Amino acid sequence: MQWGSASEFFAMGGYGLYVWTSFVVTALCMVWEVLALWRRRAAARAEHRAMLLGGTDETAA
Amino acid sequence: MIWSKYSAPQAFYPLAGRLIPWFSVVAVALIGVGLYMGFFVAPTDFQQGEAYRIIFVHVPAAWMSMFLYVVMAVWAGVGLGLNARLSFMMAQAIAPTGAMFTFLALLTGAMWGKPTWGAWWVWDARLTSELILLFQYAGVMLLRTSIDDLRRADRSSAVFSLVGVVNVPIIYFSVQWWNTLHQGASVSMSTGSKMAATMLTAMLLMTLAFWLYSVAVILSRVRCIIVERESLPVWEEQPTVVQKVAEVR
Repeated sequence: MQWGSASEFFAMGGYGLYVWTSFVVTALCMVWEVLALWRRRAAARAEHRAMLLGGTDETAA
Repeated sequence: MIWSKYSAPQAFYPLAGRLIPWFSVVAVALIGVGLYMGFFVAPTDFQQGEAYRIIFVHVPAAWMSMFLYVVMAVWAGVGLGLNARLSFMMAQAIAPTGAMFTFLALLTGAMWGKPTWGAWWVWDARLTSELILLFQYAGVMLLRTSIDDLRRADRSSAVFSLVGVVNVPIIYFSVQWWNTLHQGASVSMSTGSKMAATMLTAMLLMTLAFWLYSVAVILSRVRCIIVERESLPVWEEQPTVVQKVAEVR
């Protein structure tokens, strides 16, 4: 291991801004994609359920 | 096991659902190990200092951007050849993830270029052809959304992605065919690797992790697409809803 301290680790030999921007943006994109898919799935299922149950409301009335 | 059975969306849907957790868990584990290797085990590069650590996301993202395009084009081709719905859905599901990795490859490349070349961007063959790949992904997705008829949208975007696959070898070989500021391949099929073993291991672990992640999100997206387009699978997962409907009918 080449890091003497935490601040040395975050400084990345003076390249901290570039290194951490790369990793943080990549992580954010991947997390965002997963969250967006959860929302899309919930929306698709809700719509489908409404479609299925929509028929029951009409027949009930 | 009869694989052709799974070419039907309603059969593939539960299979994909069972596979997603496995791919997700292994992807997260490998990202953890890969990051540990990349930041704590791999040594400092003697030429590029600590900035080189960007390759642990840059190279996997760039490889996935090209690989996913080829896979998308293959599904598009299968869809056109066999007129199979699921193949078109797979192609549709791959595009956003491929576009995301292309964007990330370009962004992390800029993050690498600024400190090492002194420029965020140059109109170099490697960078330019990768930027074109991003436009191709955008084109495939926009073409789909701009056509209302699903079958026509499937076929048009499939033809578009097949034609565009010619760019993938151009990106890959650009560093050999032209004088590029972008460095040549550090890992090659013919000459092996020019990197320290721990650097290479970290990079390959991250690549495998990104691959597994891609499989998980693409399967998850194809499940959304199946629900949106086919209206079938919820029957299986929502017995109460089915029961309610059955009671009333």
